[in-house]
Amino acid sequence: MLEWEPVIGLEIHVQLKTRTKMFCRCENVWGEEENTRTCPICLAHPGTLPVANRTAIEWAIKLGLALGCEIAPRALFHRKHYFYPDLPKGYQISQYDVPLASGGRFVLPTAEGDREIGIVRAHLEEDAAKTIHVGGSAGRIAGAEYSLVDFNRGGTPLVEVVSEPDVRSPDEARRFLQLLRRTVVELEISDAEMEKGSLRCDANVSLREVGESGFRTKTELKNMNSFKFVADGITAELERQRDIYEGGGEVVQETLHYDPSTGSVAPLRSKEYADDYRYFPEPDLVPVEPPAGMVEAARAEIGELPGARIRRLEAEVGFDLAEGLVSGGRDRLFEEVPGDRRAVANVLMNQFAALSIDPAQVNAAELGKLIEARETLPRSTFAEALMATGDPDFRADSYLVEVAISDFDELDPVLDRVIAANEAQVTSFKAGKEGVLGYLVGQVMRETQGKANPKVVNERLREKLGA
Amino acid sequence: MIDTLRLTAEDAAGLLERKEVSGEELTRAYMDAIDERDGELHAYLHVVGESGTGVPIAHKDLVTTKGIPTTAGSRILEGYIPVFDSTVAARCKEAGLPILGKTNMDEFAMGSSTENSAYGPSHNPWDPDRVPGGSSGGSAAAVAGGLAPWALGSDTGGSIKQPASLCGLVGLRPTYGTVSRYGIVAFASSLDQIGPITKTVRDCARLYEVIAGRDGCDSTTVDLPEPVQIPTAEDLQGIRIGIPKELNEAEGIEPGVSEQVQKAIALAEGLGAEVGETTLPRSVDYGLACYYLVAPAEASSNLARYDGVRYGHRAAGDGDLTALYERTRWEGFGAEPKRRILIGTYALSAGYYEAYYGQAQKVRTMIAQEHAAAFEQFDLLVSPTSPTVAFRIGEKAENPLAMYLSDLLTIPSNMAGLPGLSIPCGLSEDLPVGLQLIGPQFSENLLFRTGHALERALGFDFVPERLRHA
Ligand SMILES: [Zn+2]
Repeated sequence: MLEWEPVIGLEIHVQLKTRTKMFCRCENVWGEEENTRTCPICLAHPGTLPVANRTAIEWAIKLGLALGCEIAPRALFHRKHYFYPDLPKGYQISQYDVPLASGGRFVLPTAEGDREIGIVRAHLEEDAAKTIHVGGSAGRIAGAEYSLVDFNRGGTPLVEVVSEPDVRSPDEARRFLQLLRRTVVELEISDAEMEKGSLRCDANVSLREVGESGFRTKTELKNMNSFKFVADGITAELERQRDIYEGGGEVVQETLHYDPSTGSVAPLRSKEYADDYRYFPEPDLVPVEPPAGMVEAARAEIGELPGARIRRLEAEVGFDLAEGLVSGGRDRLFEEVPGDRRAVANVLMNQFAALSIDPAQVNAAELGKLIEARETLPRSTFAEALMATGDPDFRADSYLVEVAISDFDELDPVLDRVIAANEAQVTSFKAGKEGVLGYLVGQVMRETQGKANPKVVNERLREKLGA
Repeated sequence: MIDTLRLTAEDAAGLLERKEVSGEELTRAYMDAIDERDGELHAYLHVVGESGTGVPIAHKDLVTTKGIPTTAGSRILEGYIPVFDSTVAARCKEAGLPILGKTNMDEFAMGSSTENSAYGPSHNPWDPDRVPGGSSGGSAAAVAGGLAPWALGSDTGGSIKQPASLCGLVGLRPTYGTVSRYGIVAFASSLDQIGPITKTVRDCARLYEVIAGRDGCDSTTVDLPEPVQIPTAEDLQGIRIGIPKELNEAEGIEPGVSEQVQKAIALAEGLGAEVGETTLPRSVDYGLACYYLVAPAEASSNLARYDGVRYGHRAAGDGDLTALYERTRWEGFGAEPKRRILIGTYALSAGYYEAYYGQAQKVRTMIAQEHAAAFEQFDLLVSPTSPTVAFRIGEKAENPLAMYLSDLLTIPSNMAGLPGLSIPCGLSEDLPVGLQLIGPQFSENLLFRTGHALERALGFDFVPERLRHA
């Protein structure tokens, strides 16, 4: 049986959240009414010219530096041609042989040590408009009755990051992408949300035998719009290629589309992608020559990178929790919350993570107090209290006084009395007669004249009865 | 009675300033002339007839004008009405220059005769059987025919200088980067420049002053190193004029053209200029070939936006996306844009780029270096603007290569991004001959000074002989 080694390179597109578009002054904003953020420039009216967005250049430099790249002293924009309605000029302004940033490396920490993913380049370009194909199947142009174009997205600044084929598994691809996402989010240059398309990922996938040098034919995999789909899509493609090789066939170089509903990949109609883009230097723009001051200012704005932070936190909570905290964007909060490190990490990665609370809104000290009191609270109460931490005004003491502690202080003696007085019912509950619990809750309610919270009583009784 | 044939823009400005005529009266005079002669000349594609406080102007129909049709001489932009003003149109508007109309041109500025206009050729006011040159032939015909006091043209390979020459006018192709291209329907972005076509050098300087200067909407523009000077001097003391052998002895230069140019050079010497021979060893031989790679390559890219999706012509009928593109572009573009799109697409194709576009860019650098070397010894270079006087309509229409040779002498300095001024220097076969003055970058003031002094000494009458009244 042969042993196969995956060879994976990623092409990642990051939409920059600059105030205006890449080459015009239109507002750069997501989710507005179609074709309301357009102008003659981004609609390619005759005679219009691009003017490069300085902030986008600064941010692309920042990302390039964060990826360990060299910044070109004189980068060029090129025109990349293909005919499609999402490209009003008939070309996209992109970069070709002299990108803004190149030759970097991205350190991906793993439990077994650092993995280095080479970064070929990070270049700046403009996004295409959005096409909507109506009728036909799966929103594709083939077979559609008609197509609509929304030019709001056209001209959004985009950084394309191209990795070396250094990724060795679908899971590593996912983790690389997640950590890269954290990097751009922390640099505050992009929302980088895959479901919104502000972070997009294509993968170049091939397979070779373990020990084999050189690369075999690769395929390009598109349309993986979640971290899970990236891993699933690559897995599906690797399996397809393995089956081909093991069946004595050859993999054909092509562009494939991942269908998450079936978990399979299928070729994209080649018509939708040209094979000769006829690049040439964009004569309407001057070369980008970032002054040294600009590059140094960008470098100074980069703080500790997420990869380094994983390594630092690993010492406190172990690799898995450290990676989870950083990838999930809860590491800053973790560092601010006082208390037992593992306990805090566990809460943040489990109960807290499930609540989708913005970590930036949380008062860390109060969350620390709550986590410390966790052992004394029923689980549901703890969960409710956690939910309340999303309010910056949350105060653990007063919350617990109002909602939980007073209840327990008052309830526990009542509960203990009811348990003692109903030995037979307690025995049959412990033997598995669930219905009896209702009777016991009823007794507590009667004793407190209905003031107790039946849900809390129910749970506290279960705890006391060891269920 | 305003004689629009003889009136210069400067004269017209004087009449307005002294309130001898009103803006309305001035425009009416030109509208009457248009009524009288544009049927014969077909200088205009759209007549607007605005009047205002300043001297009215005609814009070549690739100058984007808000609310006024802008077709670039092409079917594919038939019915297109821009929603914005080009920077030059806006600057003219700010200067108070009302728009008389939009002038005819070779489709997308691809041609040297206006015969490539989708809307029919313009005619030379000196002889309506002949072309006015191109691609800014409509602007030249309008000014020479008294249908506009001055006009804007655009020059990629010679499209201002050559029609100015063929119509007995002054034309300036400015230094690349001194006039904004924002809103100029693009032909070849690294070569296109907007410039004036006028009756006198002083008019030319005045209009250049209106349109020149850095524009935030065009990243390739720069600030002028010095303000524009309206020329007054009538001598050429201390000016060193070089005669590049290759530009003056090229095959195809008509003897009558050579003769007038040599007379003008002798006159310059008489005015105090130091005249000497110089050389541009490879610029002329390689310039044309290089131009016909760079310009079509950029054009094939610039013309990609005409796809029938957002504006302009869209082919009727059903079909898929490719059918829409193919039919729209087949119907919308004339033969010359199609030819250049094909050449340009080929030149940019994978595997050919280095051999064609890449190589052409290297040749371009070499041409610039040759000119720079010549300017170490001379302040200006001189040559005929066009190898020939105005040719007959139809004479070269079937032979693109013969037509391309019309720009043989204007292309080299254009490839180097240098400014060039064409002034009329005499007649050959009763048709105007143009003298081309080429300077280093940003030498417009020197070109104006030299052109003006020569113009005074030459005493050329810019009113076409057949239109001169008693
Ligand atoms: Zn815009």
